[in-house]
Amino acid sequence: MSAIAVARPQVARTSLLRRVASQEALLGIAVIALAIVVGVVNPRFLATRNLSDILLGNAYVGVAAIGMSMVIISGNIDISVGALIGVLATVSGSLAVAGAPIAVAWLAPVVVGIAVMALQGVIVAYLRIPAIVVTLGMLSILKGGLISVTGGKWITDLPEGFHLADIELFDILPMPVLILAIATILAALWMRYSASGRAIYATGGNAEAARLCGVSPQRTVVMVFALHGFFAAIAALLFATQLKVIQSTTPTGLELTIITASVVGGVSILGGVGTVIGATLAAILIAEIASALVFINVSPYWIHALEGVLILATVIADILRRQRRMAGG
Amino acid sequence: MAVLAQNLSRGAPRWLARHETLLAAILVVALVILGSFNERFLTIDNLLNQGRLMTEVGLIALPMTFVIVTGGIDLSVGSIVGLCAITLGYSWKTFGFPLPLAILFAIAVGGLAGFVNGLLITRIRVPPLIMTIATLALYRGLAEGVSQAHSVRGYPEWFFFVGQGQWLGVPTQLWILLVAIVVAGVALDRTTFGRTLYAIGANETAARFSGLSVDRVKLIVYSLSGLMAGVSAWVLVSRVTTTRSDMGIGYELDVIAAVVLGGTSIFGGSGTIWGTAIGLAMIQLLKNGLALTGVKGDATIVVIGAVLIASVLIASSLQRRREYGA
Repeated sequence: MSAIAVARPQVARTSLLRRVASQEALLGIAVIALAIVVGVVNPRFLATRNLSDILLGNAYVGVAAIGMSMVIISGNIDISVGALIGVLATVSGSLAVAGAPIAVAWLAPVVVGIAVMALQGVIVAYLRIPAIVVTLGMLSILKGGLISVTGGKWITDLPEGFHLADIELFDILPMPVLILAIATILAALWMRYSASGRAIYATGGNAEAARLCGVSPQRTVVMVFALHGFFAAIAALLFATQLKVIQSTTPTGLELTIITASVVGGVSILGGVGTVIGATLAAILIAEIASALVFINVSPYWIHALEGVLILATVIADILRRQRRMAGG
Repeated sequence: MAVLAQNLSRGAPRWLARHETLLAAILVVALVILGSFNERFLTIDNLLNQGRLMTEVGLIALPMTFVIVTGGIDLSVGSIVGLCAITLGYSWKTFGFPLPLAILFAIAVGGLAGFVNGLLITRIRVPPLIMTIATLALYRGLAEGVSQAHSVRGYPEWFFFVGQGQWLGVPTQLWILLVAIVVAGVALDRTTFGRTLYAIGANETAARFSGLSVDRVKLIVYSLSGLMAGVSAWVLVSRVTTTRSDMGIGYELDVIAAVVLGGTSIFGGSGTIWGTAIGLAMIQLLKNGLALTGVKGDATIVVIGAVLIASVLIASSLQRRREYGA
C-alpha cells in the first residue's frame, strides 16, 4: 500500500517533466520554423531590425505571462491584468512628468500593482469568490477609472532617464530582453525548486491535498496574485518606456494575449501543471505570428481570431492527452 | 442589509426575505429617491427609453441565467454580438442577401457560435470559463477579420422599426424583451427543463446518475446563449443604425452583473429569471441615475464593476450565515 503511494507521484512526475519539456521544445521549434518559412516568402522578415522589434516590443507580454502562468497553475484566472498594466503605465508616466524622482516613478507602479493584485487574491482566497468574477469586476473598475481620470490623454514630454526600455547593458543587451530572460529564469528556478514555488503546483493540482500536506492554499493564492502584480508592474514599466508617449487607455485585448501566451506555453488551464519558460516562448511566438501576418500580406485584424484558435487547440490537446493517459493508466 | 435579511427570515413570511423581494424594494426606493432629485427621471418617456436601452443586455441576461444556474459561465456573448452584427451587415451589403434573410442568418450564426461553445464544453469537457475566453478572442477576431474594421451603414427605413420604433406606445424591442422574460421565466420555473438546470448546478454528478441528459441540456443552454446574443445584435444594429466589429464589447460585464445582482448564485444551483429582470432594471437605473447626475459613461463601468464584486460578496456572506444559522 505504502509502496504504491510512494511510487505513484514519481511516475506522474517523470511523465509530467517529459510532457512539459516537449511542449517547450515544440514551441522553440515553432518559433524557428515560422521564422524560416516567413523568411522564405519575404526575406525582409528576417532583417535584424524586424526581429529585434518583435522581441523588444513584446518582451512586456512575456514578463506579464510569467505572473499569469503562476495564477493559472494555482487554479485561478485573471482577466484584469491588461487594464492594470494600462493603469500602472499611466501612474508611472504621470509621476515622472510631475517631476518625481525616476526611482519613485519606477517604484510606485510596483507597489500599486502588488497592492491591487494582492487585494484580488485575498477576495478570491479568503472570501471564496471565483477569480473570474473578481477580476471581471476589477477589469471594469480599472478600465473605466483610467479613462475617466485621464480623459484618454497621452502623456508626453517624459523626462530624460525615465525610459527603462531604452537602456542597453554593455551597449548590446537591450533592457527588455535582459529583464525578460532574467525574470523567466529566476521564476522557473523558484517554481521548480523552492517550497513556496512547489506550493503553487500543489494548490492548483488539489487544494485539499495541499492543505493536508501543510500548505495553506489561501496564503499561496494571495502570494501568487501579489507576485502576478509585481510582474504586471515590471511589464507596465517596459510598456510605458518603450515609446516616447504613453497612451492613457488600456491596450485592448492585452489580457487575452497574455492568457494565450500562458496557455499555449503549456500551462494547463485545469491547474497544477506548466512552466514559465513555455509561457515566455509562447509570448515570443505570438508576437512573431502577429508580425509575420504583415509580411505575408495577411491583415493583422485576424490576430485575435488566431489567438482564440491557438488557445482552443492547446487546451483541447491538453485535455485529450490527459484523457488518453487516464484511460491508458 | 445582512441583519435585515436575517430578521426578516425569522419573523416575517418567507417571501419577504427572498432576494428578489428585497431587490424589488430597493429598486422602488431608488426610483423614488432618484425621482425626487431629478424631475426628468420619473417620467414615462424616460422610463420607456431606459427599457429600450436595456433590451440588448437583457436578452442575453436571460439565457446567461440558465448558464450560471448550471454552474457554467459564458464570457463570449459580447464577441458573439459583434460577430452577428458583422454577419448581418456583410451578408446584406457585401454578399447581397435580402435583409430579412441576413437578419435570420446573423441570428443563426449566433446560435452556431453558442453551439460550438456547448459542443466543446460537453464533448471534450473544456471548462466553460476557458472555452468562452478562447471564443471571446476567436469570435471578436472573426468579426474584426471579416470587416477589416470597416462599418456598414445605409439600412432601409423599415429596418429601424425594431430598434427605434414603438407599438402601442411601448418601444418595439421592449415587447420582445417582455415576451422573452415570461418565456424564460416559465421555462426555468415550471418545466422539467428548468428543474434539470437546477439539478445540474446543484450536483452535476448526481444529475447524471439520476438519468438526466446533462450534456444535451447544457448544449441547448449554451446554444441559446449564442442565439439570444444574435437577436440582441439585430436589435442593437437596428437601434444605432450602423454595424461595427467592436459592437458588444464589455457586454459580458453588464450581463453577468445583472444576473448575479438578481440573486443567481455564481456557484450554480439557484437563481430565478424574475431576479435577473430586477437586477437588469437596477443596472439600467444605476446607469441612468449616474448619467443624470453628470457622470460619464466610463465612470459608470467603474460602478458596475464594483456592484458586481459587492453583490457576489454580499450574496455569499448571506449564504454562509444561513448555513451556519441552520
